Amino acid sequence: MAAVFRTCAHTGLKVHNQAERLIKVHAVAGVLSILFGGIAALLVLLTRWPAVHLLDPTNYYRALTFHGMNMLIFWIIFFEIAILYFAGPILLGSRVAWPRIGWVGFALMAAGSILIDVAILQGGADVMFTSYVPMRAVSHFYLGWILFAVGALLGVCNFFATLVVARAERTYEGSISLVTFGGATAAIIALVTLAHGAIIYIPTWLWSMGYVQNIDAGMYRLVFWGLGHPSQQINVTAMVAVWYLLATLTVGAIPVNEKVCRTAFLLYILFINLASAHHLLVDPQLSPAWKVWNTSYGMYLAVLASMVHGMTVPASVEVAQRRKGLSKGLFEWLAKAPWGNPSFAALVLSITLFGFMGGITGVTFGAEQVNIISHNTLRIPGHFHSTVVAGTTLAFMGLTYYVVPLIWRRAVVWPRLATFQAYAFGLGIMIFAGGMTTAGSYAVPRRHWDVQFANSIFQPPVEPAAYLFLGVMGIGGLLAVLGGALYVVITVVSVFFGKRIPDVAGAVPLAAVPQDTGKHTPISGTLVLVFVFLAAFIIYYFLNWKWLSDIWLVK
Amino acid sequence: MSIQTLKGVWWKKVDPSEKVWLGIALLWCLILFAMMPLWHLKGGQNPSFETYRTTAAMFQAKVDALVQKAKVGEEKGIPVIAPDPKEDVYMLGRLWQWSPVLKLKKGQTYRLHLSSMDLVHGFSLFPLNLNFMVLPGYDYVLTITPTTSGEFYVVCNEFCGIGHHTMVGKILVE
Repeated sequence: MAAVFRTCAHTGLKVHNQAERLIKVHAVAGVLSILFGGIAALLVLLTRWPAVHLLDPTNYYRALTFHGMNMLIFWIIFFEIAILYFAGPILLGSRVAWPRIGWVGFALMAAGSILIDVAILQGGADVMFTSYVPMRAVSHFYLGWILFAVGALLGVCNFFATLVVARAERTYEGSISLVTFGGATAAIIALVTLAHGAIIYIPTWLWSMGYVQNIDAGMYRLVFWGLGHPSQQINVTAMVAVWYLLATLTVGAIPVNEKVCRTAFLLYILFINLASAHHLLVDPQLSPAWKVWNTSYGMYLAVLASMVHGMTVPASVEVAQRRKGLSKGLFEWLAKAPWGNPSFAALVLSITLFGFMGGITGVTFGAEQVNIISHNTLRIPGHFHSTVVAGTTLAFMGLTYYVVPLIWRRAVVWPRLATFQAYAFGLGIMIFAGGMTTAGSYAVPRRHWDVQFANSIFQPPVEPAAYLFLGVMGIGGLLAVLGGALYVVITVVSVFFGKRIPDVAGAVPLAAVPQDTGKHTPISGTLVLVFVFLAAFIIYYFLNWKWLSDIWLVK
Repeated sequence: MSIQTLKGVWWKKVDPSEKVWLGIALLWCLILFAMMPLWHLKGGQNPSFETYRTTAAMFQAKVDALVQKAKVGEEKGIPVIAPDPKEDVYMLGRLWQWSPVLKLKKGQTYRLHLSSMDLVHGFSLFPLNLNFMVLPGYDYVLTITPTTSGEFYVVCNEFCGIGHHTMVGKILVE
């Protein structure tokens, strides 16, 4: 079967029709997942908001499990596989190495996600995203995980095979692009992660059917988090690759030094997966030496990588803008950026919220001892909603507004509403996660139906301030749900009813990359911003050690 | 431009303006790393690594023996014990209860053993915000010294089934 290509009139890229179709189906599955997960999000939100307290306990725990699986696993991994079909074959002008394997992988992922959703909705898997043994779900819940993981692995392998094919068939010259490089990083991390998924879910599946007698609770937690946390590191890596991509599409960004950017990606491969330790810091089964080394990603070298990208991405925007003549003072380049472009808005909010909220809280709560005052409180979901939602999801939403015109070749309907969508979602999540994290610092537990403890034998007094921040969380959450709903509506309506885009250059407005003038372009604005970030980081980090020192002595 | 392949030599020397940030970020990362071993040496709050294998039956027997010896009352059907700081203290978590209720003295140091009879539970001292995991099969020993007095609660903060939110225990400190 000979590969059929078209040449994109807007970007000049060669597009294999199989790559395009595989992107479409994975993206559709992703958007369906965010729709399902979003409905559950609203129900969970309205229950955890004490003023509303909507669902009964059974439905709350079921909705929470459903929300976690659909958002954290299905939405994000479907979208990431779509990104790999873009970053591999399309950016390298190559054919997809194994189109059939691509479809088999998709079918397995779809079957796995359906099995899991059915198991949860049947009431057979009220076990949360983590399904800690010896808590038991119906066996098809675990089978669903295995199918999904194997399907995703096939997608990842297809990406690697495509890299090999592209090189062998000389579809490009020189070195692969930065976005492909970032995609490859994410794919390598995905390989390690999904292998952990198979290692833990195959015995757990057998255990759920009675073929294995006992699975140690501590061992399960250790290996599960080899899947659970690193799968979020795939997100971080894919998100950073998308940052570079969006910066290029929206302002024609120019990385100052690709050696720096690529080395930072390499640090992710080497160190980021150690972060599974973040979940195990107050567990009995692991030693302090193991905890300190792993929770710090081996001396925080993966944090260093994120701090590097947090500088190089805005710097790439600054360089491009300054070369266009926007070089007055420190911040003209930023003030005159395309703030009305939904993808640019998504990019800026994604970087800012990921860094200032997700990154700082993550590193702080991940310090071995500070975890004592954070573990399993609302501080933790507050942290990861800032990374995976405000960071990754928002970046993917911004990318969608280019996927629709470039892959579906349909115009985004209501572009101004799309801009509003990006801001509403970003600000909503910011308020939501801020409220949640702060409520958690009053020890409000996560995954808990009733912080008023109405049905328990003792009624611990809850700080009034905690209720205030739970209210803040509720209001921010509603704004985020509105933003999420608009995203689904705009995307679906655009794909089906958007105006067809003619295949002529310029029909999709893409930023021009400014000429290299040969002169040195300063990045002074970016440096000011990153030092503000560092100051916030230092303050929050040491405040937490102060709070820690105020509790009882424990060793 | 980040979506085009790179031709020729692209691995250039790092610009001084980027180098500044790289150096400072690396320094900060090393400080972050140093804080944890330092706190082990100097700080008063560190996760314990005193852990033993146990079983539900073994641990239950230890709780029962302690209750028999140190029981001073009962609260809502749960025994209240006032243990001697020289002895080991045991508290178990099970669906959906923490037992016994502890009466501790401020400033005294106790060896508190925690284990679960069934699923994974989370020990969260409320509203103080001190959190540890309680796993079945593991006897986790926390050496704790209450530095404040009053009524504290043990909230389960790891999901353990439909009654999870009702699982609350109590620790009194005089």
